[in-house]
Amino acid sequence: MQSIELHRIDYAILIAYVAFVIGIGWKLARYMKTSSDFLTSARSIPTWVTGLAFISANLGALELVGMAASGAKYGIATAHFYWVGAIPAMIFLAVFMMPFYYGSKARSVPEYLKMRFDERVRALNSVAFAVMTIFASGISMNALAKLLNQLLGWNYNVALWVCSGVVLLYVLKGGLTSAIYTEVLQFFMIVLGFAPVVWLGLKDVGGWDKMTTALHGVSTENGFKENAWSSAWQPLLGGPAANPMGVDWFAMIFGLGFVLSFGYWCTNFLVVQRAMAAKNMTAARNTPLVAAVPKMFFPFLVILPGMIAIALTSMPDKGYRVPPPIVAQANYDKAVAAVKNADAANPAAGVAAVGEALGKKVNAEKVSVLISTVAGFKGAPNQLTDTQIQSGLYNSIAEYDYDGVILSLVKKYCPPGLLGLALTALLASFMSGMAGNVTAFNTVFTYDLYQAYFAKGKSDSHYFWMGKVITVVGIILSIGAAYFASMYNNAMDIIQLVFGFVNAPLFATFLLGMFWKRTTGTGAFLGLFGGIAGSALFHAMTIAKGNVPGVKGGYLGVHQTFPSDMAQNFWLATFAFTACFVLTLVISLATKSQKSDADLKGLVYSLTPKIVDNNIPVYQRPAVVGIVLLIVCVILNFIFW
Amino acid sequence: MGLDIRWPIGLMFTVIGALLTVYGALKSAASTIPVAGTDHNINLIWGIVLLVFGALMLLGAVRGGKNPPSA
Repeated sequence: MQSIELHRIDYAILIAYVAFVIGIGWKLARYMKTSSDFLTSARSIPTWVTGLAFISANLGALELVGMAASGAKYGIATAHFYWVGAIPAMIFLAVFMMPFYYGSKARSVPEYLKMRFDERVRALNSVAFAVMTIFASGISMNALAKLLNQLLGWNYNVALWVCSGVVLLYVLKGGLTSAIYTEVLQFFMIVLGFAPVVWLGLKDVGGWDKMTTALHGVSTENGFKENAWSSAWQPLLGGPAANPMGVDWFAMIFGLGFVLSFGYWCTNFLVVQRAMAAKNMTAARNTPLVAAVPKMFFPFLVILPGMIAIALTSMPDKGYRVPPPIVAQANYDKAVAAVKNADAANPAAGVAAVGEALGKKVNAEKVSVLISTVAGFKGAPNQLTDTQIQSGLYNSIAEYDYDGVILSLVKKYCPPGLLGLALTALLASFMSGMAGNVTAFNTVFTYDLYQAYFAKGKSDSHYFWMGKVITVVGIILSIGAAYFASMYNNAMDIIQLVFGFVNAPLFATFLLGMFWKRTTGTGAFLGLFGGIAGSALFHAMTIAKGNVPGVKGGYLGVHQTFPSDMAQNFWLATFAFTACFVLTLVISLATKSQKSDADLKGLVYSLTPKIVDNNIPVYQRPAVVGIVLLIVCVILNFIFW
Repeated sequence: MGLDIRWPIGLMFTVIGALLTVYGALKSAASTIPVAGTDHNINLIWGIVLLVFGALMLLGAVRGGKNPPSA
């Protein structure tokens, strides 16, 4: 039902984008002379470029789709994923952590871990990271191919291979620089492609105030206080039962704002790599700060559409609904037949038959009306056509596919032309999601696994060649991962679950490693392991309300029930972090450090000379800019209090 | 890295902006979405916005020469 017809103008825009992206790769190819040019951009890129790439590497298409979905499901509190769950961590990375990453001359995050601790920690981190990037890239490509298949009717396999091929072309030619440049291009595509959709949507709904009023209605209808969708903090303070996310402020601030957020922004090589490609220390430190500016305002681009959608749904005259889950045409055909054959005198049986044919929950009242309308006009010249019946059925499905929100708005508000622009933006973000992961993967694989364990001491041209081979291998593995994700329904759930286990404790290792010189390699290694095991165990023994034990947790017996998936997730992260922190601390105290103070110079806070910022202008000093950004972020929180 | 990124950004948005503007000007009926409160030719408006953005990027690339500012 959600198919979209593209015109020539739309294809022209799409082709122009792809041509430019490949062209950039071609242009850059002649600057690729060493493995460092290819894998780390030879630390040569200006701040505003690395900053926008930093934010863009994170703003994948799944994020775009997911944030609009959450905006519809949870309202403006979704913005906490930005204001609480990103900005503070990005500032911390810039001010405190970047000096060690950049100053240590490490080429990757795992390499830093090797310098600070030992080979074991590096091996654990690089293997886990390599596997994650492949799956992340595969998930992204699977989603893209599925989207093109459902939306435009393209063949899934063709879509998957062609899009991967485009990514391969430009990454293989221009390496990390190509990926970074494309990410900047994609950043502008997304902002300029989606801004008109938000603008038209907001106009259609009658402006901000009208939208808020409509959201008040939505909130009370769902059994919450009227500001549950339109206030960011007040519903959280009322406890898990007072907000649609089902979380409390402690889980939000500590679980999301501290553990998950710092774990992602400060240790994930995918984003940190962008900052490490900057041309000097000041540029590297300012990269996350440049990124924080658009990040702070992204909720208005990516979350607002979800809120507009849910407000529109509550206005009957707008003729909009949050799209239902996709139902196969065969099921619609069966349901249309069921409507026609239903006995108008006994609509209940008809409703049940229709629900069964569609395989979805239906709104009994709407189906009954449809049945009696069809029966009433039977045989008359103006009887309902099958298409009309089908669209009636579409509107009577009482389930929502929130992930379809953003596309349904694009479809509603974009004429041919603008439609091409918005779709190209979406496509661009899927592809750069793959490119970002593959460029992080080839660096870690080449330097941290291949050079470290398989082929030490080869010439640079050998590693350059290997980096290219690994890029091809990475793309092929991603395609494999995409097929894997498409074959099993809950593959994505499982993969994301494992990501969570691996990532949650990681920040404790970095925090102790960077700021406490007594932390030992053994402590870090065992602490990390314990944290991962701890989070798996925590997951096995807890569950969120409404889920059955299994993939969603609780398979070792339910010892704690959380009000929502999100609450379970935040508490799991909190638990994993604490476990890793305590274990690393205790084991470090019990073991002897293998590194002398001299070894740790430049790697640990207390043993590294402080960076003196006096020679750079005030507005470029990371600490100053960081404080200003933090203040603006607090003000935003107050405005939408 | 040798290539100033403002060139491809500027060129691409100039091209796409020109496409949208021309399309909007020629097919104004198909470019107008009847949404409450708006009956603008959105392709034309947004095409011009993109053109201006592309031109600014190109201007930056020309004036910046070989040394793009480090923000």
